[in-house]
Amino acid sequence: MHSASSSGTAARSGVEVRLEELRRRYSGVTALDGLSLTLAPGELVALLGPSGCGKTTALRLVAGLEEANGGRVVIGGEDVTNVPANKREIGMVFQAYSLFPHMTAIQNVAFGMQLHKVGASERRQRAGKMLELVGLSGHANKFAHQMSGGQQQRVALARALAIEPKVLLLDEPLSALDARVRARLRDEIRRVQLEVGTTTLFVTHDQEEALAIADRVGVMNAGRLEQLGPPTSIYSRPATAFVAEFVGLTNRLPGVVKGGEVDVRGTRLPLVKPDTSDGPAIALVRPEAVSLVVDGEIVPGPLVGTVIATAFLGATSRVTVDMGDGTVLAQMPTSEAGALTAGTRVRLALRKDPVLIARDEKATTEA
Amino acid sequence: MTAGRPIEGGRRLPLHWVGVLPFMVYVGLFLILPTVIVGIGAFLDKNGNVTLSNFGMLSQPYVVRSFVQSVFLSVVSALVGAFAGAVFAYAVVTGNPDGFLRRIVTSASGVLAQFGGVTLAFAFIATIALDGFVTVWLRDRGINIYPGQIWLFDLPGLVLVYTYFQIPLMVLVFLPALDGIRPQWREATESLGGGSWHYWRYVAGPLLAPAFLGATLLLFANSFSAYATANALINQGSPLVTLLIGGLLQSEVGLSDPGQAKVLALGMIVIVSIVMTSYALLQRRTSRWLQ
Amino acid sequence: MRRTKRLKLQVFRAVVFVVFGAFFLVPILAMFEFSTRGRGISAPRTLAAWQSIITYPDLVGAIIASLELAAITAAGMLLLLLPTMIWTRLRLPRLTRAIEFICLLPLTIPAIVLIVGLFPMYGWLANNFSDSILTLAFSYVILVLPYAYRSLDAGLSAIDVKTLSEAARSLGAGWPTVILRVIVPNISTALLNAMLLSVALVLGEYTFANLLAYLNLQVAVAQLGRANAGVSIAVAVASLLFAFVLLMVISIAGRRRQASLTVAGTDPQYLTAGQRT
Repeated sequence: MHSASSSGTAARSGVEVRLEELRRRYSGVTALDGLSLTLAPGELVALLGPSGCGKTTALRLVAGLEEANGGRVVIGGEDVTNVPANKREIGMVFQAYSLFPHMTAIQNVAFGMQLHKVGASERRQRAGKMLELVGLSGHANKFAHQMSGGQQQRVALARALAIEPKVLLLDEPLSALDARVRARLRDEIRRVQLEVGTTTLFVTHDQEEALAIADRVGVMNAGRLEQLGPPTSIYSRPATAFVAEFVGLTNRLPGVVKGGEVDVRGTRLPLVKPDTSDGPAIALVRPEAVSLVVDGEIVPGPLVGTVIATAFLGATSRVTVDMGDGTVLAQMPTSEAGALTAGTRVRLALRKDPVLIARDEKATTEA
Repeated sequence: MTAGRPIEGGRRLPLHWVGVLPFMVYVGLFLILPTVIVGIGAFLDKNGNVTLSNFGMLSQPYVVRSFVQSVFLSVVSALVGAFAGAVFAYAVVTGNPDGFLRRIVTSASGVLAQFGGVTLAFAFIATIALDGFVTVWLRDRGINIYPGQIWLFDLPGLVLVYTYFQIPLMVLVFLPALDGIRPQWREATESLGGGSWHYWRYVAGPLLAPAFLGATLLLFANSFSAYATANALINQGSPLVTLLIGGLLQSEVGLSDPGQAKVLALGMIVIVSIVMTSYALLQRRTSRWLQ
Repeated sequence: MRRTKRLKLQVFRAVVFVVFGAFFLVPILAMFEFSTRGRGISAPRTLAAWQSIITYPDLVGAIIASLELAAITAAGMLLLLLPTMIWTRLRLPRLTRAIEFICLLPLTIPAIVLIVGLFPMYGWLANNFSDSILTLAFSYVILVLPYAYRSLDAGLSAIDVKTLSEAARSLGAGWPTVILRVIVPNISTALLNAMLLSVALVLGEYTFANLLAYLNLQVAVAQLGRANAGVSIAVAVASLLFAFVLLMVISIAGRRRQASLTVAGTDPQYLTAGQRT
């Protein structure tokens, strides 16, 4: 057995999967505009983005369920762009409704093997083992309508892996489930994926999911890949304003760029891109980079505001501060948020991390 | 609350039942009562005494023949309607679900499934009777569709004519089942390595079988119960049960001995009930899988 | 590959629609052709048959009677079915199975069997109350029950009757208000659909009228058919077109209303942009 860990030191099997300049258009709309991505053997890459960004299209092109208008898909060194879906040796888990309703769980799992002409007794055995792998041994003879959403998705996962595919494709497998089930199941999926070692492409619109389980995250927008990297980079070093705003919360603070720095309410912050041209801009500041000072004399000034509300999130708390000309979110360990009741006057202090700036008036993502 | 009679079931229930009383009374009067009259009347002779003599009718050769022919006609028209209708429904469902074509077909099916009787008979007479539109057109090209007797006004003609409302009925009943087939099942089959044949053999086929069978049974019952169309097309004799009954209701003999028509009607009820119960059971299976 | 598979499907669909379209349209066209034939072999087309419809008083009377019957049946069906169905949903949910069964019974009990049982009743009615053709409406309401029930059931299931009526009641509405101003507007499509199916059925009904010796549209057409086929066929075509146009109108009106009521969102069934098969 592997000594699996989420940092990825476990032994990896699985093959390399390459997407080269994939393009896809339907009825005038460009869904994918030259997407290139390489998945290392055994790696789990999450494609993250809002609906319509092309992530599901990319997945379906890899699966062969749709034809590309340009580019190649290479699985394990073999160009499968013109190979039909049923010959690509993929395993796929859909968002919902993918279990065959007239078959029991174990029959569902065994079905793929049946198509691959595996003998009946071996099928039963392997199906049983797959169900055990996903923790559903006792549910082998249940039908889809007798199982919860989470259980159905675990059966779907077992079914996809039973045929030992070269690549595992997950199309928003958790989106149709309850929040609590979602968190548990995503860890399950990661555990199973590490154990089996299959190269995996995981599509989701939930950034928490993507950051929690992926080896690398690819953030997509309007058919293009905006940034590809480990979850920590995506979060703390977003490459574009879109990524900064889509992943995690961001404050949009008006300021002025001058000489490689941006002046926000009197504080000068370094820039991620120091060669940005001068002029008015919107600085994107993470709530964790904003701290609130209550003691001492609070003299009215550009950095002074009033607390509107404090949201208790468990280990951290998020405080909304009214600055008069807008609101700012600050996030801190709950122990430091004790005195910040509604109506308290506070002074903002901005940490001097390099910030990204945006130049459009509107937010790049809707609230 | 201590153990005792639950309050809810006690005083309020009778009041709630009042709401459905009008419906129950109406239905009881115009649906249940006539059926009961048929059921009981079959056992009464012309003077109102209980008897089994009416059932002697059922062994008469012309009665037996009409039952057999009715069943045979219904089976054939059900099968033809079911297969043709399924093919047509499949062609419809593979298009845009909100599209113009789908809407027209659904509306048209709603109307044509009711279309029967005189109008339908006239339509086919206008089309393929001896001087019908199509007959003449084919004759001008050297094809004679009536080498022997004219079959339009006999059972073979009825099969053709019945198809005109059987197919729309099939579409109406089967389309929802086809809609229930999720695209994910096809894609899952493909991702597992299966092609079209595997998909139909192991997934779509078994899933649609109860719906198809149920629909066929419904078509059978529909054809078996049909009267108006047959009445309009068949001028001589009463080769079908419904025509026999109709004849009895309009004749001196029938009116003087009402038990006869009732026996035949009872026979029809028995056959149709069996068919429809089977249909209902199959429907339950379908709705569990395809909802 | 996928492209050729899609092409094969489109070809299949095209062929099916052409063949079936021909099968269903030809008899109707033939009727139309027949009713516009001029006298003699090569006479020009004429609308004489259509125009002479009004010269047959029996026919006109029968048309009017059928239209009246259609209206009465539709109204009667609504009056009987809608309150009952709403009431059942709110107060007696366990009865839904029973009501559904009863409403589907007319599909199981052949019309002719019902007539055998209704014969004595209609005789009694004719002698003691009225022998007007409009008494047929009593039977027609029963005949339309299955179709009307299915339509209304679909409409009521799509809205949460319980929550809507409770909300209305909490705001102070009485029952008539709840039904007429809260529920009915939200099931308008289903209502219209049910009414139209009723109209289509009544206009096409022959068996009851014929065997109970009433002169409705179809019976008149049949009788006239022996004498003057052209005119009777013209009437037949007209009634068919009428019903079809009504149903199309309802379908379109329903679509428009649906679009304005639904909030844009993703329906999980259509998430995958793949092909339906």
